[in-house]
Amino acid sequence: MIALPAPKPGILARREEIVAALRAIVPGDGVIADETRLKPYETDGLAAYRQVPLAVVLPDNTGQVAAVLRYCHGNGVRVVPRGAGTSLSGGALPMADAVVVGLMRMNRILQIDLDDRFAVVEAGVTNIGITRAVEDDGFFYAPDPSSQLACMIGGNVMMNSGGAHCLKYGVTANNLLGVTFVTIEGEVIEIGGAHLDAAGYDWLGLITGSEGQLGIVTEVIVRILRGPEGARAMLAAFKGAEIAGAAVDAIIGSGIIPVALEFMDRPCIHACEAFAHAGYPLDAEAMLIIEVEGSVAEQDDLLARIKAICERFDPISLKVAESAEQSLAIWKGRKGAFGAVGRISPDYLCMDGTIPTSELPFVLKRIGEMSEQYALKVANVFHAGDGNLHPLIMFDANDPDSFRRAEEFGAAILTLCVEVGGCLTGEHGVGVEKRDLMSVQFAPHELDQQRRIKTAFDPQWLLNPSKVFPLEGAPVPLAAE
Amino acid sequence: MSDLLLPADEAGLAAAVAAAHAAREPIAVEGNGSKRGLLRPVQAARTLSTRNLAGITLYRPSELVISARAGTPLPHIEAALAEKGQHLITEPPDTRAVFGTQAPATLGGIVAANLSGPRRIAWGAMRDHVLGIRFVNGEGEVLRSGGRVLKNVTGLDLCKLLAGSYGTLGVMTEITLKVLPAPQAQATIAVRVPDAAAGVRALSAGLGSPYGVTGAAVVPAGAAPDGPAETLAFLRIEDFAPSVAYRTGRLAEDLAPHGAVQVIEGAESRALWTSIRDALPLGARAEEALWRVSVRPSAGPGVLEAARAIGGRGLLDWGGGLAWVAGPAVPAAHDAIAAAAGGGTCTLFRAPEALRLAVAVLPEEPAPLAAIGRRVKAALDPRGILNPGRMRAGA
Repeated sequence: MIALPAPKPGILARREEIVAALRAIVPGDGVIADETRLKPYETDGLAAYRQVPLAVVLPDNTGQVAAVLRYCHGNGVRVVPRGAGTSLSGGALPMADAVVVGLMRMNRILQIDLDDRFAVVEAGVTNIGITRAVEDDGFFYAPDPSSQLACMIGGNVMMNSGGAHCLKYGVTANNLLGVTFVTIEGEVIEIGGAHLDAAGYDWLGLITGSEGQLGIVTEVIVRILRGPEGARAMLAAFKGAEIAGAAVDAIIGSGIIPVALEFMDRPCIHACEAFAHAGYPLDAEAMLIIEVEGSVAEQDDLLARIKAICERFDPISLKVAESAEQSLAIWKGRKGAFGAVGRISPDYLCMDGTIPTSELPFVLKRIGEMSEQYALKVANVFHAGDGNLHPLIMFDANDPDSFRRAEEFGAAILTLCVEVGGCLTGEHGVGVEKRDLMSVQFAPHELDQQRRIKTAFDPQWLLNPSKVFPLEGAPVPLAAE
Repeated sequence: MSDLLLPADEAGLAAAVAAAHAAREPIAVEGNGSKRGLLRPVQAARTLSTRNLAGITLYRPSELVISARAGTPLPHIEAALAEKGQHLITEPPDTRAVFGTQAPATLGGIVAANLSGPRRIAWGAMRDHVLGIRFVNGEGEVLRSGGRVLKNVTGLDLCKLLAGSYGTLGVMTEITLKVLPAPQAQATIAVRVPDAAAGVRALSAGLGSPYGVTGAAVVPAGAAPDGPAETLAFLRIEDFAPSVAYRTGRLAEDLAPHGAVQVIEGAESRALWTSIRDALPLGARAEEALWRVSVRPSAGPGVLEAARAIGGRGLLDWGGGLAWVAGPAVPAAHDAIAAAAGGGTCTLFRAPEALRLAVAVLPEEPAPLAAIGRRVKAALDPRGILNPGRMRAGA
């Protein structure tokens, strides 16, 4: 288990006073302080870690967020920002002495401008909510994390979320124009706007993916894009991971950038097929789902090119969707992958490393060996175009030893990702989960540099405590409690 | 000319910065100095150049990544990519004509200035494709951020912070970029429109179509003193040849209501976008100032009106959202263009030194953000030795 620091006793003792002060800022039912109603906030998508917070505050507007932060800053109270609570890395895990600032009530779409192709939305609007607001006009918001039905744009900004289509459309950072940013001192700052590339330092780029360490984002200006005429998928199954990897190289090498290029290994194919009955080949060691966009004729042309490339790699099966329905059927298993694994194992950890794609066969082989070593099953899904690997480690949460092994297995996989030239996290963020592995990727002076930048925004280190940066070596806060 | 420091490698560069830090001695940071005329002149007795840190260190075409040392000339990288049928995604401008310099930009310089060309509208900015950097901070420490993989959210993204910081936060020594296959073919639709506002409406129609427009510019009548007499909106399609043919046809039909349509293909299309990329249609004279203004696309024509009012002229890229303006190099003209940027952002891109020292070459930041900016600068360069005064007076 990752160690969490002891709560500040002085803050716990002042709980009633703090709750009263928050109620003065956010009236009505916007402050939660009784135990049963706090319970739902004790965890996020990393359910192995739980901690009931001091209080939860649900502001209705930016002014209230600013006032809450100003109060917390003035009183040395720690703050945990929260969107929908879908973080898989424990990014929204509360602390016993912290106030959770939940943004779910700030869920209004403020402006949509199709001519200038942007939308202004509050942080609590769901990812899919943005696309739904513009899809009747043929537009969409590109990043599509698996949790897109629930996750909120504010959380997407904080974690720089990705998705299955970022090979073509990029991640959150590549689809933002501006944010309204509230500092821990309660200052409200407009960064960027409806235009591209604000001059000066790239605050937007630094804030995106900062995991709540620098401030809270309350409004977001996103780019919206016109969707393609259509999209269609194909499935290609191979006898080995190495062969599938070579096919991916050949596709990219031919000049085609598919809009999605997903890889599943044998255990994952089996789990998904049992769950979704998508017609996946059970004798394959590796399977690719490849999606292209354009008019029907363009889709035909690209799929024919890709099919011809795959045929050079002795495929077990090749299935090109003939219709949008068949395309959905091909995707059905992949989109249900996490649920499918959840059906065959009581619990699983979803890891999120990135590797150079050429290292995939070696990394899968090592993961297979580790699976035996830790006596835990694992299924692998992989965004093959961009090297983002999601091993799903199956364990039993009722068995503490099983959970311990699962965490060690996960840490070993991520260490391997760094060793082969990759990184700890491609899209889920560091959070609590990977905090203590940061020193695998960064040297002490590199972590110190990042910490000094955090201090420039949050001098007392009140924002989203105990995440991202290893506790050892953390600076002494400037102000005493 | 100040003393020139030319370290041969990263360790030598770090030692030079550490020595300057110890001596509290400001240094100007540059690659080939091709953009020395950009923003404000640096007041420093010595100049540190990365130009001897050159060479491609890793190139994996099938992984879409290339790494090179910061001093590598951009044409060298472009040639290596072209050999494998790939290219730099944002087609960064070649500023040699604008600044009247000989040596080409270095990779470090183009990233430090975050300069992006026409393809920015479809594929993102220069900094969007910076996957990893090695850099030396103001204390002389060598640090890394990011890596060599396409998706990475591990820790604070210092790549984005340093891209566009003009060497004021650190000296980049090696940069890893995402690259893409170069499209097989391209074509441009030229629409003759009555004025720039009508031109931007045509661009918006194109960018709001499903055909994947990768360049969208308006060159107005009178863009250059001896320039065209008519206003043209240009929309580019790049892809495999059959797709380009199909989509150009569809787009030409869709845009017909906006004005007479003509299709420009192949080499002529390429030359057109190179010219727009480098602001050449303005024919800016040496004594004139040049501004680069980013606004929401529909506000672009308003910037061109402001340009006319000061006796200048301009063109629009990025769907109307990027205005290049040439005009008299006087503070009143600068103030008028900056005001026309409204909620957008105005950069004095090139001007005689007197104007560069007299005005804010970049928009002022709100006070709380400026305060954070000073603290972040101090976190990276505590003694303020890197490129003092490059972006703002006294900073």
